[in-house]
Amino acid sequence: MSTHDLRFTLNGERREVTVPADRLLIDVLRDDCGATGTKLGCAVGVCGACSVLVDGELQSACLLPAVFVEGRSITTVEGLAKHGELNALQEAFIRDGGFQCGICTPGQLIAATALIAAHPEPSDGDIREWMMGNLCRCTGYYGIERAIKSAANV
Amino acid sequence: MTLAPPRPGARVKVRGVIGEPAPREDAVPKVKGEFQYASDLWREGMLHGATLRSPYPFARIRKVDVSAAAKLPGVRAVLTQDDVPGKKTYGLMDRDDQPVLADGYVRFVGEPVAVVAADTIEQARAATKAIVLEYEVLEPTFDPIAAIQPSAAKLHPKGNVLERVRILHGDPAAKADVVVEGEYEFAMQDQAALGPEAGLAIPREDGGVTLHVATQWLHEDLDQLAPCLGLPESKVRIVLSGVGGAFGAREDTSIQIHACLLALKTRRAVRMTYGREESFFGHVHRHPARLFYAHGATKKGELVFVRATIVLDGGAYASSSSAVVANAGSFAAGPYRVPNAVVDCVGARTNNPPTGAMRGFGAVQSCFAYEAQMDKLAKACGLDAVEIRMRNGLVEGDAIITSQPLVGSAPIAEIVRRCASLPLPETAAHRDQSELPGGHANVTRGEGVVRGVGYAVGFKNVCYSNGFDDFATARVRLFADAEGPLARVHTAAAEVGQGINTVQLQIARTELGIERVELETADTNVGSAGSSSASRQTWMTGHAVLQACREVRQELVRRAEREGLTLDRTDLADLLDRPIEKTVTYRHQDTEKRRPDGQSRGHVAFMFAAHRAVVDVDVETGLVKVVQVATAQDVGKAINPLGVIGQIEGGIAQGVGLAVMEELIVEKGRIRNASFTDYLIPTILDMPPVIADVIEHPHPDGPYGAKGVGEAPTISSTAAVVAAIRAATNRDLERVPVRPDDIVFGTSSRSGWRIAPGDDPRRAVRG
Repeated sequence: MSTHDLRFTLNGERREVTVPADRLLIDVLRDDCGATGTKLGCAVGVCGACSVLVDGELQSACLLPAVFVEGRSITTVEGLAKHGELNALQEAFIRDGGFQCGICTPGQLIAATALIAAHPEPSDGDIREWMMGNLCRCTGYYGIERAIKSAANV
Repeated sequence: MTLAPPRPGARVKVRGVIGEPAPREDAVPKVKGEFQYASDLWREGMLHGATLRSPYPFARIRKVDVSAAAKLPGVRAVLTQDDVPGKKTYGLMDRDDQPVLADGYVRFVGEPVAVVAADTIEQARAATKAIVLEYEVLEPTFDPIAAIQPSAAKLHPKGNVLERVRILHGDPAAKADVVVEGEYEFAMQDQAALGPEAGLAIPREDGGVTLHVATQWLHEDLDQLAPCLGLPESKVRIVLSGVGGAFGAREDTSIQIHACLLALKTRRAVRMTYGREESFFGHVHRHPARLFYAHGATKKGELVFVRATIVLDGGAYASSSSAVVANAGSFAAGPYRVPNAVVDCVGARTNNPPTGAMRGFGAVQSCFAYEAQMDKLAKACGLDAVEIRMRNGLVEGDAIITSQPLVGSAPIAEIVRRCASLPLPETAAHRDQSELPGGHANVTRGEGVVRGVGYAVGFKNVCYSNGFDDFATARVRLFADAEGPLARVHTAAAEVGQGINTVQLQIARTELGIERVELETADTNVGSAGSSSASRQTWMTGHAVLQACREVRQELVRRAEREGLTLDRTDLADLLDRPIEKTVTYRHQDTEKRRPDGQSRGHVAFMFAAHRAVVDVDVETGLVKVVQVATAQDVGKAINPLGVIGQIEGGIAQGVGLAVMEELIVEKGRIRNASFTDYLIPTILDMPPVIADVIEHPHPDGPYGAKGVGEAPTISSTAAVVAAIRAATNRDLERVPVRPDDIVFGTSSRSGWRIAPGDDPRRAVRG
């Protein structure tokens, strides 16, 4: 199989990795870059645990071949806090009970970041339809919904 | 000397004490992606483990040849049963039950046969495929009722009856004016924790091993693991890693023994992580059940008798079937005054996937059936769902069908009344397609949609029961550093997401009157905390931390008295020139072993919740939209109200899931939907608004009056949703989850066995 030298930015830092053509982004992030914040949940793109932003666009890292991110900018959960300071969404998830076990939380936070970028003042329907691709087994989603609303000031 | 807990705010206002909505102790690393779950663990040079599993539900292994696999690139070890150095079997409640690796037979599809360690996970998986196995396929048994008949083929040396509980209460031949009967089916639910089974085993210089793992019960793992490894417990340390949800599925071991065997064999660190599909094959599920019920009542709807026969499918191995059977039997009549009862409850061994603990174990299965029966009875007596439950609900001092009287509040009538008085949703105007059954699948515009409302009440034991020596240990160390007094709390309580870590901190802050409290990582270097199950950790570990803190405080008082000081007016740091450390093991009051007639004071305490569900059902397509769930739950005392609400909301989500979508489809012993595309758990779009009335009637024996919280929301929410669907459709719906064809065609799902409720199911007749 062909191998490829990739350059991309991960949470603002330049990265270079050499990967076989079939290597998935989730494995590059977790195993090659050691960025284990992004989780592998279902491996088939339905649970949202591996949600990342690629040039600001919401993607499932478990489905995306890593070669597609050549030259692009990736944001994962590790890139949300700036200089160690939690952002409004992270604070809201803590305050409003947006998680318990927390293993879906990296994906929920990334999906919610993309939601607020697309809909700065999301309606209840916007939130529910946007977040339907992110499974949570602990909260019943209520805390997640409360947190997104309070972070978006709606 | 006993000390009252310090009044928060007596000196300096201490934040994060009990009763305050407290943020999670692990919150910041979790939102930053820095929290290390078991599947995130990594160590330089570590190997990767993989498991070869049986493709057959029942077979004899004629030949195993690992030589080709062992020669593949990167492969460091290939182990089968012959390589297990110590005890060859393990089991949560029966250590002689399940082979560590198949012992010449395989008894379910997915049973581990061999494990491999290799440099990469790809190499390890390739090696499992190169292991040569010859099987002689045997005739499997999948029907649990068939499996327990005297003529059935023995599937395991220990036989096919995993447990039987028979309860005789009052007059077994009691007669009643009104009698209703039903046969119910309860399908297989999965815990579906989003975090996979995972761990990292690291061999030690002294020949021992340290295992970092996602588990619910560190010391139980240790007790099962060490004998299999042929090591004394002192050479095995188990450390809790980040746990991505549990819900019962992590009470049994999964990767624990295998990863340690591989690490000890290769002298290298070995990580094992199941993928999603393997996870479905690699952990136990909730017991499916067949339940045969008869309820008798006076014309006024006062219960006279309950008779029930319950058969739970334990699958190929015992796991916690004995406890699940005991619960299903003990709670078979519900939280009602029942003067006469006959209950026969059996756990069957079959060649289906093994089943064990899941949130509400045993109580959920019975509740589905007895609440359906209560609605049938209400109809027969001309009562409504609320009246019949309030009329028969247990009150303090009443006894359940095991003759155990209830201590502390048993506010059934109150929770039903309060649940019923919560506001109902607006009558559907269906302005938005997303609010209709089927949503944007656009299958209806509302023409065939009927609304229904249903109620259910449930109860269950808190902590372990029936004479089990249930205890929890806490070590609390108070010392002073440059910033002042600091307490460190060390327990082995498994934080699986439920919030026990925050509860421990809140209790320590409350008792010690200081804010700076930290937790040590939970591991086996401190005494057992027991399992994070049976809604028991707040009660058990909570009590242990509370008592250890009080002993620390007593020492502070002694030191203050020696100095001629008053504790309340003294800077604690002045008394801490040397640390104070106290270790306390808390045991709840003894519970009785079950007597042959099933009568005993077997439980330490109970929790209660009522649920009301509102559903819209499209009777033409059989699709259901759950519109609202209301609940009233007596939690005793909400130590962390934020955590309590989270448990209630999340528990209801799992109950709603079971009612309308969650089912592991098992055909000829094989799970057919081992993925999140096919095993459906609720998404945010499936969850209706939840209204919760949290009631705090303190329990005299709970810490600060707290009862358990976590299981009650799951126990009766399923039954309430199905009751609401019945109300909308007039169908009997004796099976859960409710499928579209059950609604449209009124499909009945009979076992094909005739069993009079209360009779021994081991003497069943076909037809």
